[in-house]
Amino acid sequence: MPIRCEIISQDRIVFQGDADIVVLPGEDGVMGILPHHSPVLTVLKYGIITIRSKGVEENYTVAGGIAEVLPDQVTVLADAAENVAEIDLQRAQEARRRAEEMLKSGAAQKDPDEYLAIQAALRRSNLRVDAARRYRKDTRTR
Amino acid sequence: MASLREMRMRIKSVRNIAQVTRALETVSASKVRKATQAVQATRPYAEKAWQVLLHLVNQPGGHRLHPLLFERQTIQKSLVLMISSDRGLAGSYNVNIVRYCLLQSAALTNPVYVTVGRKGRDMLLRRGKNILAEFSNLPSPPSFMDVSAIGRLVVEDFLEGIVDEVYLAYTDFRNMMLQVPVFQKLLPLEVIVSPEDAQGYNAVPEASHAVFFYEPDQITVLNQTVPRFTALQIYKAILSSQASEHAARMVAMRNATDNAQELITHLQLEYNKARQQAITSDMLDIVGGAEALAAVMGL
Repeated sequence: MPIRCEIISQDRIVFQGDADIVVLPGEDGVMGILPHHSPVLTVLKYGIITIRSKGVEENYTVAGGIAEVLPDQVTVLADAAENVAEIDLQRAQEARRRAEEMLKSGAAQKDPDEYLAIQAALRRSNLRVDAARRYRKDTRTR
Repeated sequence: MASLREMRMRIKSVRNIAQVTRALETVSASKVRKATQAVQATRPYAEKAWQVLLHLVNQPGGHRLHPLLFERQTIQKSLVLMISSDRGLAGSYNVNIVRYCLLQSAALTNPVYVTVGRKGRDMLLRRGKNILAEFSNLPSPPSFMDVSAIGRLVVEDFLEGIVDEVYLAYTDFRNMMLQVPVFQKLLPLEVIVSPEDAQGYNAVPEASHAVFFYEPDQITVLNQTVPRFTALQIYKAILSSQASEHAARMVAMRNATDNAQELITHLQLEYNKARQQAITSDMLDIVGGAEALAAVMGL
């Protein structure tokens, strides 16, 4: 029996479908969810959700959020989520470079809000670049 | 009466105005569509987050778990988050929300305001209201990231005890012709199981009854969920307000176009009359002249 899996971000449904196993980046470590898992509510950290269904694996980046696990259902409420296959590696790299430069230039240090925002942007783009490198065949050789 | 040339110019300028208003109407129509789609897209997340919240809070002692959830004994200061637009030419949209907001907040103790949109800010300033912060120039439609700063500000002010309750004033988009100003409590979050026929956010009648494990623990999960849910409500309110703004502008612009057309017909009629009159008087002159000439020749 497969588990029903949904990844939902504030502005769209990122993934919806059946899975044999869902791997979540929990706050206290990675957890693999199989059917008939006991109910869990967990906080997610920045990381990758892997959904395997009939031998096909799909990876999604998630920038924090919470996940609700029921015996037949996994629902992820993500702050931002994206299919690794959809990541524009070049753009992600550029974003990372920009964020790094802004942190270095020190312009943001005066404003703590701004600093946090840039830091979050850097963490997001790091995650995307890493995910694309690790899980995508077309970028692995580079 | 104005000269023929003046009238011609007037007709031309009115025609130009009609063209501009018609263009604005079309632009607004497409923006309404975008904004309402964005409102729809927040629904799955909102419903699920509400379910999770409902579940957590209905645990024994759940209301005590998070400071954003329980009512304060004494209320010394209230915060009102009012959402208006940056631009005018939207009929009575801005006036409606400001008037309704002031009417409702009159009953509050020491209200301070946080405004979204320039028009609302200016109107509150003119009335000498106390504005804590203002946000303007949001993109249309905004992304969640654009709005999360507003949510953070509101939640922080509440947690630090600067304000004891938070209200949200926005315009609910019902349909193209109807937009209703709404004034609702945002914080402390009132988590109650809603009746079956309720609409909107809390339209989830009952949470699941499963017994959950919490990782790392309940408080951390609540810490994640509650501020996010608040930000989401603000996000939805802003999207709905933008949809309303564009709808109001669309209707206003359609009226303006219609009025301009009417004016053009009227002016054109006047112009034609004036032209005919001028021709007639010219003819009379010529005939008069010819007769006078004939009289002289006949002598």
